[in-house]
Amino acid sequence: MGGIKVIGIPMSTCTQRVLVVLIEKGAEYVVEPLDMMKGAHKQPEHLAIQPFGQIPVIEDGKFKLFESRAIVRYVAEKYEGQGPSLYGKTLHEKALVEQWLAVEIEEFNAPITAAVVQLVLGPKFKGIPADEAIVSASLEKLEKVLDVYEAQLAKNKFLAGNFLSIADLVHLPFLFLLVGVAKRGEVVTSRKHVHEWYETLSSLPSWKKVLALAA
Amino acid sequence: MATFKVIGIAPSPYTQRVLVVLNEKGADYFLQEIDRMGNAQKKPEHLLLQPFGQIPVIQDGDFTLFESRAIVRYIADKYEGQGPSLYGKTLEERALVEQWLAVEVEEFDSPTGAAVFQLVFGPKYVGIPTDEAIVSSSLEKLAKVLDVYEAHLSKSKFLAGDFLSIADLVHLPLLFFLVTVGNRGEVVTSRKHVKAWYETMSSLPSWYKVLSLLSP
Repeated sequence: MGGIKVIGIPMSTCTQRVLVVLIEKGAEYVVEPLDMMKGAHKQPEHLAIQPFGQIPVIEDGKFKLFESRAIVRYVAEKYEGQGPSLYGKTLHEKALVEQWLAVEIEEFNAPITAAVVQLVLGPKFKGIPADEAIVSASLEKLEKVLDVYEAQLAKNKFLAGNFLSIADLVHLPFLFLLVGVAKRGEVVTSRKHVHEWYETLSSLPSWKKVLALAA
Repeated sequence: MATFKVIGIAPSPYTQRVLVVLNEKGADYFLQEIDRMGNAQKKPEHLLLQPFGQIPVIQDGDFTLFESRAIVRYIADKYEGQGPSLYGKTLEERALVEQWLAVEVEEFDSPTGAAVFQLVFGPKYVGIPTDEAIVSSSLEKLAKVLDVYEAHLSKSKFLAGDFLSIADLVHLPLLFFLVTVGNRGEVVTSRKHVKAWYETMSSLPSWYKVLSLLSP
């Protein structure tokens, strides 16, 4: 009963990454919130299961796993037989999912995180106003990356091909913060295919459910 | 005649990452070296294969793939039935391989890459001198990461368990450049289990084969 336990907070991007994939797969889960504001993630009890003091962590029975990008792969594999195939159906399809998962962490993540920290997370959680110079420089880097995405998405509906995969979904939480929350999404909305891709992803019922949990 | 082509250069850690995994699997391949100094990776011909203008890229028959970390997973999957199982044998083992692959790219890569660039690649290929302040602060960050590895490797021979996996091997090239080429490996050699792990990996015949491609 309860399925996978997700230790994290639905407002956090990395937890959201895991939740949207669980929900896409129709997997049973329960969220066990961690009081980050009280520093619970740095307490010995949490460090015993996540030695870097981060969230999320999942517990599937006795099996524990951390790193949201590892967790989404685990969920996609474990629930291979149900819901949409989020990891491709062939050796080559899976490799292309992995290729774009690598691009997300190596090219996309740093500039968008820098921009979102300035625009949303800093002001909201630390009361620090946005440094517009950092925002500009980050969005400039992000634009070069999104030029590549634009060309790719002009050829395929989704990153790894014509099927939705975890490679697309891992992008969603930070894209939503940039476009939907910070309202600084011109880098996305000015690129036709990237815009369509983002609209498709952010309209998914699974994503709406994540936002409802985060509210 | 091998149909698995690796486009890259032998001295690049990211190409080496792919080569050591191919070697561990006993897979047939050939290396097509690219004129890195002539900026071949930014020319249109290469950009068609790798839109970020980077190496390595593989072409397995007519299947093209880039990103070394995606490539090593592909090799581990494709050659599942031969050589050591580098991806775990069960769903859970595989998930642990993925967990430590995530740690590598998110925690280990940045400080180690920064230190190695300052110590080796900057001076050697770009002609800029080592900035010792960056080296120090990078190694300080890396030390904190390796504290976690030390605790973990005291309980587990390799990162994902008692079996060598791609999660271990992806670390090898930059560790080699830091410890053996850059001669600044105290963060590794001062940690008993991290040191033993590095020595195991750097003694693999599949790694010697990678090193044999380098000019002296």
